[in-house]
Amino acid sequence: MNIVVCVKQIPDPADPGALDPETKTLKRDVKLILDESDSYGVEMALQLVDEAGSGEVRLVSMAPNNEMSGLRTALAMGAASAVLVSDDALAGSDALSTAKVLAAAINRSEPTLILAATESSDGYTGTVPVQIAEILDLPAVTFAKEISVNGDAVSVKRQTEEGYDEVECPLPCVVSVTAGVVEPRYPSFKGIMAAKNKPVEELDLAALGIEAGTVGWAGARQEITEIAEAPEREAGEIIVDEGDAHERIMAFLDELKVL
Amino acid sequence: MGISTIWIYGEATNGVVSTTTLELITGARQLADTVEVIVHGDASSLASQLGEYGAASVKSIGDLGESLAGPQVASAIASAVSEGNGPEAVLCATTYDGRDVAGRLSAKLDVPVITNVVELKVEGDRLLGVEPVFGGTTNVTTGFTGSGTAIFLVRPKSFEAESSGGSAANVDAIQAGDTGNTNTSVVKDRFVEETTGPKLDEAAIVVSGGRGLGEPDKYEMIESLAKLLKAAPGASRAVVDSGWVPYSYQVGQTGKVVKPTVYLACGISGATQHLVGMKGSANIIAINKDEEAPIFGVADLGIVGDVHKVLPELISALESRG
Repeated sequence: MNIVVCVKQIPDPADPGALDPETKTLKRDVKLILDESDSYGVEMALQLVDEAGSGEVRLVSMAPNNEMSGLRTALAMGAASAVLVSDDALAGSDALSTAKVLAAAINRSEPTLILAATESSDGYTGTVPVQIAEILDLPAVTFAKEISVNGDAVSVKRQTEEGYDEVECPLPCVVSVTAGVVEPRYPSFKGIMAAKNKPVEELDLAALGIEAGTVGWAGARQEITEIAEAPEREAGEIIVDEGDAHERIMAFLDELKVL
Repeated sequence: MGISTIWIYGEATNGVVSTTTLELITGARQLADTVEVIVHGDASSLASQLGEYGAASVKSIGDLGESLAGPQVASAIASAVSEGNGPEAVLCATTYDGRDVAGRLSAKLDVPVITNVVELKVEGDRLLGVEPVFGGTTNVTTGFTGSGTAIFLVRPKSFEAESSGGSAANVDAIQAGDTGNTNTSVVKDRFVEETTGPKLDEAAIVVSGGRGLGEPDKYEMIESLAKLLKAAPGASRAVVDSGWVPYSYQVGQTGKVVKPTVYLACGISGATQHLVGMKGSANIIAINKDEEAPIFGVADLGIVGDVHKVLPELISALESRG
């Protein structure tokens, strides 16, 4: 069973970054790490391949400047290989451009299953997995909280407003996984050493047969008209508990007449 | 000038239109001359609710049976657009199915989606979406530059649902058209996770617990407190990911957006992911050990203290009030 996992390399969320005043997009000139949301998909893929007893996990990523430190983390977890798409013309890419590029990269192999996170931790549009599915003319099950493979179909518990749906979907298909679907492993020392020699195929747009004018800034077809500070909430009262905090909370609730 | 027609992807459960859909219709009717809603399921029973909130007509795909909504709804809208009968803008709510519809429609029409929108504005003859970034400290306004149908994913609770007093909307059939290989998923079964008390996104008081509770058993304090306050229990992503409580409890970017009268955050540090889901609350009380926790930046009453001491005291104080 060959599985492709789409992974994103993002600026460290602990250092949330800023908008570039020139281009009005997130500054990405910092070191990138593997988006934590993607570690669940990588883990899920590794477990499914293990259960199947054959096949391998391949990563697909798009990043500026051939950045691959985040990919190395996922390779160290156990993925076999990676495809990295990097091209100056991809600067300014929105979710649809990203989906076009990832779909083209996925199409270079014939995976049985394509996994992705439900949304990235920096852009959180949450549309890329289903856009990839549509571009590849594939079914998709989004917001999976459990996945199992039964022959030539996957059985997925899909999150809903009220609970979850049990969905069966024929392979090949795209599944987006929620955080917490599995417990991601930490890369072992051996894994980290092995990852250094695992193949990372580096591609540009020409290699994927994508015209530069259809993606990135040129393909964005949207513009930011305004960036403004959001109104701040008024700072409230902060007290240190001296054993009477519950009384303060009761008084606060009494004042609001909600008790 | 102005917007002539907006379509909304309408969601309903057991014949009742979702509050989020009613919010979108309320918002859209201020922005466009005509608001139309595309639905599946029993359209005739939904038509009166949709009309009451301002929908001029309902486009019905019919019963989807065991299919997922995304492929057929997106295909129906895309077909209408390609035949020249489409709207200027399509609004979907940031829900599970709403994202599927918007994503597939975007790829079909080759038009990007403006996501995480909390406010819509009309500028000339185009619609602009306002998206909060960096945990809501900055608002970014975006519009489409190309021609064709604009697609927006709007977050729940961005508008307040208000009846327009309209009469039942007309129902017209709309065809899903060719969905290719995309519509092959089958919903085998649906499970409802029972929760007692008020619904998380409708409750006047929400009591949420986070990692600061230490261990899963301690979440019982949140449940007891919620019961005493007639509140809904909620949780941060950290404890949901750790499996303490079901996903339906999650407040935040990936969970529910809540705007209760009182939000009580217990042992929650206030990651961006969480703040986005609750900072619209009218009053926020936070209890956390770490005085540097970001949650104190939005709290009206911040308690620097141990939830394991404060919560039992608070619970017994409420119990003694009866």
